[in-house]
Amino acid sequence: MTSPLKLSGLTKRYGDTVVVDGLDLELKAGRCHGLLGPNGAGKTTTLRLALGLIAADAGTVDLLGQRLPARAEVARERVGVVPQMDNLDPDFTVRENLQIYGRYFGLSKREMIGRIPALLDFAGLAGKSEALIATLSGGMKRRLTLARALVNDPDLVILDEPTTGLDPQARHLIWQGLRRLMGQGKTLLLTTHFMEEAERLCDDISVIDQGRVIVQGSPRELIQTHIEPHVVEIYGDGLNEWQACGSRHCHRCEQAGETLFCYTQTPSKVVAELAAHPGLRYLHRPANLEDVFLKLTGRDLRD
Amino acid sequence: MINLNWFPVWQRNFLVWKKLAMPSLLGNLADPMLYMLGLGYGLGGLLHQVNGVPYLHFLAAGTLCYSVMNSATFETLYSAFSRMHVQKTWEAILNTPLTLRDVLVGEWLWAASKSLLSGVAIILVIWGLGLYTDFSLTLALVPVIVLTGLCFSGLGLAVNAVSPNYDFFLYYFTLCITPQVLLGGVFYPPTALPAWLAVAADWLPLTHAVNLARPLLLGRWPDAVALHALVLLAYGLAGFLFGLRQTRRRLLR
Repeated sequence: MTSPLKLSGLTKRYGDTVVVDGLDLELKAGRCHGLLGPNGAGKTTTLRLALGLIAADAGTVDLLGQRLPARAEVARERVGVVPQMDNLDPDFTVRENLQIYGRYFGLSKREMIGRIPALLDFAGLAGKSEALIATLSGGMKRRLTLARALVNDPDLVILDEPTTGLDPQARHLIWQGLRRLMGQGKTLLLTTHFMEEAERLCDDISVIDQGRVIVQGSPRELIQTHIEPHVVEIYGDGLNEWQACGSRHCHRCEQAGETLFCYTQTPSKVVAELAAHPGLRYLHRPANLEDVFLKLTGRDLRD
Repeated sequence: MINLNWFPVWQRNFLVWKKLAMPSLLGNLADPMLYMLGLGYGLGGLLHQVNGVPYLHFLAAGTLCYSVMNSATFETLYSAFSRMHVQKTWEAILNTPLTLRDVLVGEWLWAASKSLLSGVAIILVIWGLGLYTDFSLTLALVPVIVLTGLCFSGLGLAVNAVSPNYDFFLYYFTLCITPQVLLGGVFYPPTALPAWLAVAADWLPLTHAVNLARPLLLGRWPDAVALHALVLLAYGLAGFLFGLRQTRRRLLR
């Protein structure tokens, strides 16, 4: 099966700034691929290149068997997009939003009338078909945007930060929806800042920074390959004194503000040492994708 | 333009307009009616005859062109800017198989269609008040309205493309629209202007629209039809192409 999206040596410059720098990416059909990276890493630009909205300075984009940007319009007939910012049509109702969006894909009113009930059902908006957009909650708008991305029954769905700004309930609903799409065999490409989201949903992950893929693999592989399996977070009085002593059981130590992150293979030995420092408090947990992400991209702010 | 990809964009705007069609049509009529009644009777009472006809008859063609210009301009400035910049409607459409060219052709033709509606509403008033000489000639006003609408919609899209915000439109109104209203022959014959100003007025697109519309209402076929039509089309096409180029730089870079 050919890859739904293949980016090779993709490069995009704005003046002297290289935003995407020789990026390679190959999606596997029917899987969810997560694109992680700090702000300004080039995620959104990569998505715009992948959709053929902007032209690359170098490299190639193959989207659903079409070479872009020349064949972008043909390729986009089978792609759904959930943008970072909601851009639903405020002049229309929920139903009209889906119907009009279908027109952009050449779907007649009749075809859309056939598809809309299932889309509303998918979005959990069955009772809201005549509601105006302004009356919807943030979570409802997001779900409608997701349903709108499905009007053309796409093979590939591209989602740019689909759950940013949502409360946990709304986020879980979106996740359920995305799992259902994977169950239907659709390929997903999503960017996110929530490592938990990526860890739960994505089969494959690419961490990008400064316009390049720095690591790639399944969440589990990334955690196994790039980081010690356990983390002890230590905070409280006497942290500096303890840190000065250090612990030979910490393989790697990072201090962020008032908290020390001790990455270790042998957490029980670290915890035993901490018993001698009653002023210190700690949290022992398994390492996760966020630890990998912070190790690879650093703890500095990227605004 | 050859393909019909622009049509869903046109249709989207039409469906929004349909929801507010009545107030929109009344608005289209109120402004020109006030001009015609206020100036036509007020000023007309002092002037009696202009170019051999009652002032109200003379004013009708100017008001028609002025309204069509206004309708096309407002649609491509404020309304299109809302869709492009505030609601991000264009960005949503660009994620579908449609291209920016499809979006802008749709907007261009939509604004021209809307100004055609304004123009037709005024023709109805002109018929109702009997402000014409030869009825069959007034039918030729329809293509004049279409050309005028395309002209000012194209120019409007050019301004829209380079506007950072709504306030910017005020420059366009002050520097481009108002001079055309005052110098383009809406309220008085251009022969009243000093020669140097009349030459300048000849470069304004609205002058050419009025030069086509006025004779048709006064019962004769206009001179130099092809020239006036060509000027209107050229302004509109140039505005559209510049607008497309600048909007591409703005949204797709």
